[in-house]
Amino acid sequence: MTDRPGQDEAYNFAYLDEQTKRMIRRAILKGIAIPGCQIPFGGREMPLPYGWGTGGIQVTASILGPDDCLKVIDQGADDTTNAVSIRRFFERTAGIRSTLITEEADVIQTRHRIPETPLKAGQTLVYQVPIPEPLRFIEPSETATRRMHALEDYGVMHLKLYEDIARYGHVSTAYAYPVMVNQRYVMDPSPIPKFDNPKLHMSPALQLFGAGREKRLYALPPYTRVESLDFEDFPFEVQKWDEQCALCGATDSFLDEVITDDEGSRLFVCSDTDYCQKRQKRLTQSSSEVRKEELAS
Amino acid sequence: MYVAVKGGEKAIDAAHELLAKKRRGDRSLEALDTRQIEQQLKLSVDRVMAEGSLYDPPLAALAIKQAQGDLVEAVFLIRAYRSTLPRLATGVPVDITGMRLERRISATFKDLPGGQLLGPTYDYTHRLLDFRLMADGDVTEDAQDKPSATDETAPETQRPYSPAEGTPSVASLLRQQDLMETLAGESNSPAPDLSRDPLEYPTDRRTRLQALARGDEGFLLALGYSTQRGYGRNHPFAGEIRQGLVSLCIVPEELGFEIDIGDLELTECCMVNQFSVQADGKARLSSGYGLVFGNNERKAMAMALVDRSLRIGEFDESADSPAQQEEFVLSHCDNVEASGFVSHLKLPHYVDFQSELELLRRLRKENQE
Amino acid sequence: MNAIISAPGQQQGQPPGASGDTLPLLEVHQLSHLHAPGKGCENVSFELYPGEVMGVVGESGSGKTTLLHTLAGNLPPQSGYIHYRDRQGDVLNLQSLSEGEQMRLLRTDWGFIHQNPRDGLRLRASAGANIGERLMAQGERHFGRLREAGRKWLDAVEIPLSRIDDQPRTFSGGMQQRLQIARNLVSEPRLLFMDEPTGGLDVSVQARLLDLLRRLVVSLDLSVIIVTHDLAVARLLADRLMVMKEGQVVESGLTDQILDDPQHPYTQLLVSSVLTP
Repeated sequence: MTDRPGQDEAYNFAYLDEQTKRMIRRAILKGIAIPGCQIPFGGREMPLPYGWGTGGIQVTASILGPDDCLKVIDQGADDTTNAVSIRRFFERTAGIRSTLITEEADVIQTRHRIPETPLKAGQTLVYQVPIPEPLRFIEPSETATRRMHALEDYGVMHLKLYEDIARYGHVSTAYAYPVMVNQRYVMDPSPIPKFDNPKLHMSPALQLFGAGREKRLYALPPYTRVESLDFEDFPFEVQKWDEQCALCGATDSFLDEVITDDEGSRLFVCSDTDYCQKRQKRLTQSSSEVRKEELAS
Repeated sequence: MYVAVKGGEKAIDAAHELLAKKRRGDRSLEALDTRQIEQQLKLSVDRVMAEGSLYDPPLAALAIKQAQGDLVEAVFLIRAYRSTLPRLATGVPVDITGMRLERRISATFKDLPGGQLLGPTYDYTHRLLDFRLMADGDVTEDAQDKPSATDETAPETQRPYSPAEGTPSVASLLRQQDLMETLAGESNSPAPDLSRDPLEYPTDRRTRLQALARGDEGFLLALGYSTQRGYGRNHPFAGEIRQGLVSLCIVPEELGFEIDIGDLELTECCMVNQFSVQADGKARLSSGYGLVFGNNERKAMAMALVDRSLRIGEFDESADSPAQQEEFVLSHCDNVEASGFVSHLKLPHYVDFQSELELLRRLRKENQE
Repeated sequence: MNAIISAPGQQQGQPPGASGDTLPLLEVHQLSHLHAPGKGCENVSFELYPGEVMGVVGESGSGKTTLLHTLAGNLPPQSGYIHYRDRQGDVLNLQSLSEGEQMRLLRTDWGFIHQNPRDGLRLRASAGANIGERLMAQGERHFGRLREAGRKWLDAVEIPLSRIDDQPRTFSGGMQQRLQIARNLVSEPRLLFMDEPTGGLDVSVQARLLDLLRRLVVSLDLSVIIVTHDLAVARLLADRLMVMKEGQVVESGLTDQILDDPQHPYTQLLVSSVLTP
């Protein structure tokens, strides 16, 4: 192995052996060739628990090169415990550079969010997926759901939407909102909020989805059509907040609610920490510029 | 403000430090030696090897020590380690009839060729706490006065293993009389390998047995039990249970002949189940099969019960009960998968929950309007 | 496409159709599906014309339900063939259709009414969703139009419109059966398979359902194959009858003819065992 400053010599580059990585890359290529189709792959046990991102980690491990720069987020933030743990895993086993800044990353592994900063061509977003099967809660049998995908037998997906609207006047799915990919496969975009669904559509970046426990992966090649399921008279819409971010004042980002005291006071802050910090920096810069101008005049 | 998600890095380090301290416990006591675990907590070691699907007693003992005795966590450690190992060779099927037996019983025949061999079992012990084990004195020292196990004059039951002269299985005895189902001939396709390839439904029996062999003992025990209580009854008899050592052989390509690379301790259970009419119009007994690493009869029996109930397709039975539903059983029997996914609920779900709250508030607001 | 046997222009035999149409909708030749010797259906041949109602009668175990499931594509035929003339007049060979084409046919042009409505309904989806499902599977993406169709068909099968958002598990047996019929008719099928549709219902409920079925069959010009062990139901609904015994058709003909002047000893026994008022 090449000398990589931080890499633990006891393991192969990025933990998995080369044969396993090749097997996963073959499955990824198949996934890219059939956008939205779930590809079974011989997932391995990883030293992190199933459900904590083993699918994403295996995909990342398979595509990572020694010169790549990695960003890991969970709930949009770089410093949540699980994001820290996964970033450290790759720092230790691959000795690669990591970053908190969306624009700098070649590979971004994510759980539950798509960054607010638009992705560029050449970047890869790797999603951690708990349940890859969008039909699972309608049809528990894998044999049956694979048949339904093969026959494009998707009427039941709209049946669920119909029931929601009849009962609540709205579709009651707020995250893991199912999408139709390239007018062929119904796909689970992982539990991202439906706020992020429009970012899936025609993204210049490659998007890969890994489900470790279920041993499935799927892909959205760059510039793929991705439509959220809806009715003509009840079109898909994303969440909106009356509030703005208490730290950076953003009105266009996904906001997390923070409870600040025992009386239930609360405020809202950006879930994407990198986006929020960039905006805060810009705010302080511009205000100091204003002050300079004031002094000059 | 915002403390909950900040400082994750520091918190993890501190948590790991605390964990190491907790694991070591009171430092005035001697640290556990993994060799002690291997010898004195052998049944834990056996379970970790079986469900970790890696036969390596010293490593299993290490995993148990590192996991503070949490066996599911130890299984997980073994599985993760297993992922880093290359595949060097594929073993030749082991010869179960040639097993050097430590224990062999049949509940279907009082006496049979090879005899009944009780072996080291808790079955007939009275479950009374033995406070002598708690005191400094070790009860095994008392036993030293008795004839040692290797003594020629020792009663037969105290000898460690029977000679490897070969003991016919109960199933083969029944098959000789044409009373037991004949199994479909071995498939020519290479055996599936669940540790390399994903499980694909519908499966075949070879794949199912592999999944069950590494499946969670508690889960399979409960499912096997449920078939006895009427959720998919199949009239089981413990035809034969054997436990002992078999030789593991491989055929290295460069040699072209079999070489013995060591011993495996295995427990095998053959359940004899209700008879049914086979294709030739004759009724024959059916069977279920269990095989696990180490000494673990409970697991082997549960596995055999579940194996038989998953064979409904072969007997024109309907899948009315949980233990008969292949996807239900196989998708949920792996405790590394199960405990991982249950524990992931501890990870933050701020974004999903926020989305739910937003929707709930909107619905409320619209209701008021 | 090899599933099409002949296009509309080609002329075949000219047997008289019940509603004046000259070409059969369904042509079944030497169809067999046996679970065991004598169990199932064996070498069944017949033709069904547009607008015609064919009854299949026989005691339980005679193979009539197996025949129905084989015709409807739920069981694979072991020999023989089924030809179906679609809306365009193309004759399709059922076995050469792909799984997907068969499924689409079964959910648009055809319908299947199960004896037990639980087998044919989604008990935990609302009545409206049950009716709308076929339309959604066909690509209907307008909620308002789905509601409209739901109301129209609830009305047609005499279920109060106020029940549109209720789940059928809260419905009575007769109402569940009517909902199952609505759920099938919403795609305007041309051919319906019915398996003892009035079985398990009280006599008064049965009468109402039969009356409804008869009206719908006539007004929608449906072709029907109905399996029943109840000769009274057969007399009320069917134009023609096939009598089955041990997997074989022993007698067939016009309903009145068979019931009033049975020729085969088995049919005679069957008819005489019914108490006449």
